Amino acid sequence: MSKPTQLTIDDLKKIMRECAGEDDAVSLEGDILDTSFLDLGYDSLALLETAALVKRQYGVTVSDEDLHGIETPRAFLTKVNSVLAPV
Amino acid sequence: MSTTTSTEKARTVVTGIGLCAPNGLGPTAYWKNTLRGQSGIGPITRFDTSKYWSKIAGEVPGFEPAEHLQGRLLPQTDHMTRLALVATDWALWGAGLRSTDVPEYDMAVVTAATAGGYEFGQREMQKLWQQGPDFVSAYQSFAWFYAVNTGQISIRHGMRGPGAVLVTEQAGGLDAVGHARRQLRKGVRMALTGGIDSSLCPWAWVAHQVSGSLSRSNDARKAYLPFDEDANGYVTGEGGAIFVLETADSAAQRYPVRVYGEIAGYAATFDSRVPGREPGLRRAAELALADAGMSTKDIDVVFADAAGTPELDKAEAEAINGLFGPHGVPVTAPKTMTGRLFAGGASLDLASALLSVWDGVIPPTVNIRHPNKDYELDLVLDDPRHQRVRAALVLARGRGGYNSAIVVCEYNR
Repeated sequence: MSKPTQLTIDDLKKIMRECAGEDDAVSLEGDILDTSFLDLGYDSLALLETAALVKRQYGVTVSDEDLHGIETPRAFLTKVNSVLAPV
Repeated sequence: MSTTTSTEKARTVVTGIGLCAPNGLGPTAYWKNTLRGQSGIGPITRFDTSKYWSKIAGEVPGFEPAEHLQGRLLPQTDHMTRLALVATDWALWGAGLRSTDVPEYDMAVVTAATAGGYEFGQREMQKLWQQGPDFVSAYQSFAWFYAVNTGQISIRHGMRGPGAVLVTEQAGGLDAVGHARRQLRKGVRMALTGGIDSSLCPWAWVAHQVSGSLSRSNDARKAYLPFDEDANGYVTGEGGAIFVLETADSAAQRYPVRVYGEIAGYAATFDSRVPGREPGLRRAAELALADAGMSTKDIDVVFADAAGTPELDKAEAEAINGLFGPHGVPVTAPKTMTGRLFAGGASLDLASALLSVWDGVIPPTVNIRHPNKDYELDLVLDDPRHQRVRAALVLARGRGGYNSAIVVCEYNR
């Protein structure tokens, strides 16, 4: 099976729900591209878990060091997609 | 009187009880079923036991985590943590206390644990060996850990005062409460404390089966018979209790609030490794009575550790009779309806003791058909005994030589 060539925000939302759950307090609906992961209720471990799932499904490794600098879904997508489809 | 002196002697009361037991989810169901003698021990449903010789346990019935906890918590929690979080919510609710009512550093969390998140750990270990490290949940970093319940409770309720976890096997369910009381005496206003354990998964079952004392019987009514001539080991189970402990001053400020009872005395001892020495259980009970400023005459019931093996039952009977004399005090073991719940067991016994004091009734011990007469115990068998319970003594022994005792009593302002 070929790996997908792009990670979309909807893909990312699905992954986040799967690995860290969702609750009533904070919704992932709507435009969350520039909302920080912390404001979405996703702490560093939730982000690690997200990165692990992306690695399994997309074959892209986001290192722990890279994760430190990633604060929003947009930054996460940019990082992953730069590897999936280098400009 | 200086402030320091008053906190050193601060009286500690229980204003909230939350529990999950094999014979009842929540205090109301548990107490009703316990007084009726209804057991929660039965065939294990949580995993396939066909390859194991032991096939029965006390499982908490009807617990649907998603009904009680938000989705965010589910991927990061073991079953026993979910039980503990829900029990904590019930305890706070029953106490009429919101964690926002108390300054965050004035709230302590002290829990006891025995196996940690075993089921979670098994699942992630299987992923590690079958699929590789990339498949192991990041939450494995804490979800399996003994201290996880203290951490998750603290985070959920913003309780930033002293946090601790005690690991002393069955005795832990009392030791946690003893330590929480210590924190209240150091000036903390309230504490959430107690223990909830669950390890009903194949990996844990392998360990349970080699413990040496698990009953060989798979008959729910004959497998766990403490103080019986046919005692042949114990049945295990899951669950336990979480308490809201407050200083009497704190409770009085919130008046009217239901005070189940007072934690009047606590003590812990170790068994000696020297052969032939008396086990430390009697001394733990004596020290707890002394701590409470009470004598044996003040105690209306003893909640026994009830190990279920002839040797340990005999030792406990000797400890009780050494203090109270033969047939000197009603003795009961409602855990005959739940199995031994590790740290959760002693906490559940403490909940039963408090409910006894509150309700004026001693819950029964069930399934005992041939009480060993040599033990000379006044066992409360089959039916509850309705009487005033001014004070109760709760005993617990943990594998490895731990002994703990708590005295609870009616609270008089």
